[in-house]
Amino acid sequence: MANAATLRGWLLAEIPKSKTQARCQRLFIGWLDFKRNPIAMIGLLIIVGLVTIAALAPWITTSDGLALDLANRLQPPGREHWFGTDELGRDIFDRIIWGSRITLYIVALVSIIVVPIGLMVGTVAGYLGGWVDSVLMRLTDIFLAFPRLILAMALVAVLGRGLENAVLAIALTTWSPFARIARAEALTIRNSEFILAAQMQGISTVGILARHVTPLCMSSVIVRLTLDMAGIILTAAGLGFLGLGAQPPTPEWGAMISLGRQYLIDQWWVPTIPGVAILVVSLGFNLLGDGLRDVFDPKSGH
Amino acid sequence: MALPPTLAKILGVLSSLLLTFIGLTAITFVIGRLMPADPVLAIVGDRASQEVYDQVYLQLGLDKPVYIQYLRYLEQLLEGDLGTSIMTAQPVMEDILRFFPATLELATVATLLGIFVGIPMGVLAAVHQGRWPDHIVRVIGLIGYSAPIFWLGMVALLVFYAKLGWVAGPGRLDVFYDGIVEPSTGILMIDAAMSGEWDIFHNALSHLILPASILGTFALAYIARMTRSFMLDQLSQEYILTARVKGMPERNVIWGHAFRNVLVQLITIIGLTYASLLEGSVLTETVFSWPGIGQYITNSLFNNDMNAVLGGTIVVGTCFVGINMLSDLLYRLVDPRIR
Repeated sequence: MANAATLRGWLLAEIPKSKTQARCQRLFIGWLDFKRNPIAMIGLLIIVGLVTIAALAPWITTSDGLALDLANRLQPPGREHWFGTDELGRDIFDRIIWGSRITLYIVALVSIIVVPIGLMVGTVAGYLGGWVDSVLMRLTDIFLAFPRLILAMALVAVLGRGLENAVLAIALTTWSPFARIARAEALTIRNSEFILAAQMQGISTVGILARHVTPLCMSSVIVRLTLDMAGIILTAAGLGFLGLGAQPPTPEWGAMISLGRQYLIDQWWVPTIPGVAILVVSLGFNLLGDGLRDVFDPKSGH
Repeated sequence: MALPPTLAKILGVLSSLLLTFIGLTAITFVIGRLMPADPVLAIVGDRASQEVYDQVYLQLGLDKPVYIQYLRYLEQLLEGDLGTSIMTAQPVMEDILRFFPATLELATVATLLGIFVGIPMGVLAAVHQGRWPDHIVRVIGLIGYSAPIFWLGMVALLVFYAKLGWVAGPGRLDVFYDGIVEPSTGILMIDAAMSGEWDIFHNALSHLILPASILGTFALAYIARMTRSFMLDQLSQEYILTARVKGMPERNVIWGHAFRNVLVQLITIIGLTYASLLEGSVLTETVFSWPGIGQYITNSLFNNDMNAVLGGTIVVGTCFVGINMLSDLLYRLVDPRIR
């Protein structure tokens, strides 16, 4: 008890004594704000649940979700198979659980590609200004104006169908808003005194961008990323549904819906249950993103 | 000499439209060049002699530098030449003109649904901020954003077509009505009404209502959300307080004062929605076997018909960009504060 009280005192101290303490305090106060928002907490719970399920998949499931069991095909939901079985007798519950890993994989892969590119283009444009800014922002505007799904389809057509190519196509049409955000932040930061101080210390432009400008863009970028996640998941699932993303027998949720389509009328559970999974996860990201936005940027709140 | 501000704005929007179009075509051009299939071989076939091959190779201008090839490609595009479809053996442009009206019909009705349901919902939510109408609108909005549209369409088909039988199933018409009406506009309901075939009109409507509603959910969610936040902005302004203090009836305050100012901002939102629905209809069309441009692109994709895929991409992309820019321009011209 005493320990908890001291920790709380340390986290809420008026004057932080070290850099670490100051950082922890900022996070803690943000967390207190966040905790007060029930909708955001539901979102967080869903995402934490998703990650947990994905991590514990081998222990939760009873099969690998790929092995055929033709004797038990198209079984309705029940004690034996909670979500029923599909046209090849595979347990749908197990496939959904394994599919959560694919969803996280897609989300992580897109983030890893999109965030660095957006940050780089945006901070360079905002910090340097002038013609560099004009050129980079024109480029960003062009990508911003592109229709996402159609372009992804055209790209997948050339690159070949498959999960990684779908991710690449999504990333290509997703990075531009991050560049916009990073540029806006960089514009407000570049004339501040601490940047001037850094310049006078002789820190290189790259160093300033990497160590002083980029960290300050991160909170807006993270909020935007969370809000974009739902869109990314839906586009990936859409490509999977069209047969352009993950290929069977991968238990990707969109592809599962696509395969189960023909059983819609008589065996409704085959195509509908994976859709519920997509809905819940993208809802989770949307709720979490809304909450994070309220914490980081109270002005634009509701 | 400075240009008049209105003209400068129009020129600004036009120049960014042009740039974006160049970017779009550059990407489709690159995609077209990256594709593994040899374009010459696709025309002459495997058994052609080397001379014929070389001749076509030169005809296509493949010996010229890349930028010349790109300019040539642009020139063809501007003439409306999108190449020939391998699947239908017809000019891609003709195919697209045949498929496009179905998409247009679907997207237009969906947007209208979004406008006529979404705007009142947004206003209602703003007026009752923090109370149950607001919460309901928020939940509907969240579901509209989060649900995969193709899944929503399937569930709707299952419930309203298969179980309840309230609406007609996939496709644009029942089979026995097919091909009776002369396609003059390509928009079935208008064609049917013009030729006085009211049975067909009803049948077409019955087929359209479900996919349009499904496609419209996203529009509805987006429009309601934006209307709500614009309205909240206006309702906290001082002129609203003044109107209320004067004793103006609340209905006039909301619709006459606040909403009129919101309307201007909504133009852009509606434009954006319409553009995204033209694109987003791909998935809805697949679920409902709707013979629109999305189906055309998807089918061409599976048949490796790259001319058709890229042609469709360019047409949809151009509409998308064009509508976005147009609504931007309209907004700039209408809003006195930006003028």
